[in-house]
Amino acid sequence: MRMTETNEAGLIARILGGEKELFHELIRPYERMVYLTVFSILRNEADAEDGAQEAVVNAYLHLTSFRGDAKFSTWLTTIAINEGRKRLRKAKTAAEESIEDQAEAHEGDYTPAPLTDWREIPLEVLERKEIREALRGAVAGLPDIYRQVFTLRDLEELNVEETAQALGINANVVKVRLHRARILLQKRLVPFLRTTAPPRRWFFGRA
Amino acid sequence: MKLDCKHVWEHISEYIDKTIDAKLQEDIERHLEHCEICSAILDSTRNILVLTADDRTFELPVGYSKRLHERLTKELESSEKDPEKE
Repeated sequence: MRMTETNEAGLIARILGGEKELFHELIRPYERMVYLTVFSILRNEADAEDGAQEAVVNAYLHLTSFRGDAKFSTWLTTIAINEGRKRLRKAKTAAEESIEDQAEAHEGDYTPAPLTDWREIPLEVLERKEIREALRGAVAGLPDIYRQVFTLRDLEELNVEETAQALGINANVVKVRLHRARILLQKRLVPFLRTTAPPRRWFFGRA
Repeated sequence: MKLDCKHVWEHISEYIDKTIDAKLQEDIERHLEHCEICSAILDSTRNILVLTADDRTFELPVGYSKRLHERLTKELESSEKDPEKE
């Protein structure tokens, strides 16, 4: 669980006051968030881990520049995004499109997969590797700009404003991208999950 | 206002987040009461969000946290030796 903002502000003040080792404690609740943020950009475990480490070190080295007007989580996410983007730019050849070029040009079909009933798929199915892989694959298959918004909003649970701030885009753009990301996931996953995962209700006594 | 299905789909994400105005939220609710297709689309979308957000879906690399804190310990030590370094 994340700590309250007051505790956090107190911790930050103590770290800046010289109790550096408390930075371990400050960062612990956000380790997953930092990793997922970088992973959403680089889509590779090893690169994401390196990037996440670098982002955390950068956060430590620049902690004096943290202003209390943003939440620490948003500030940290921005650092993680910058680190991920920096690595992506290095990895990409000049011929490839840059993140900035990927405007809202995805004139795709954002119509959900139609169906007439949905019996809830229980969380137990996540014990199955092929289900987890399918979910990860569907997220990885989203266009970059949608995957990043989806990761911040739905995996890390940042709110619309925090997501907008961290990505440097406005709140309406966040909403549009999130909507498209969710619809694309629904469209891709519904046919798969219906045939692969058992529904919530079990029919006991069936031969 | 009577909504058609396509209109409902356009607002599904905001409906889930409850970030649309109260009137539209209400119109969508009314539509969902009698529309099986939109209800199933909404339920499946919500369910998929729950499944993807579960920690088991995106697992951290084994040993990630340990390696992160080891690296951090090194950085904290080196910044102590060099007080000029921010």
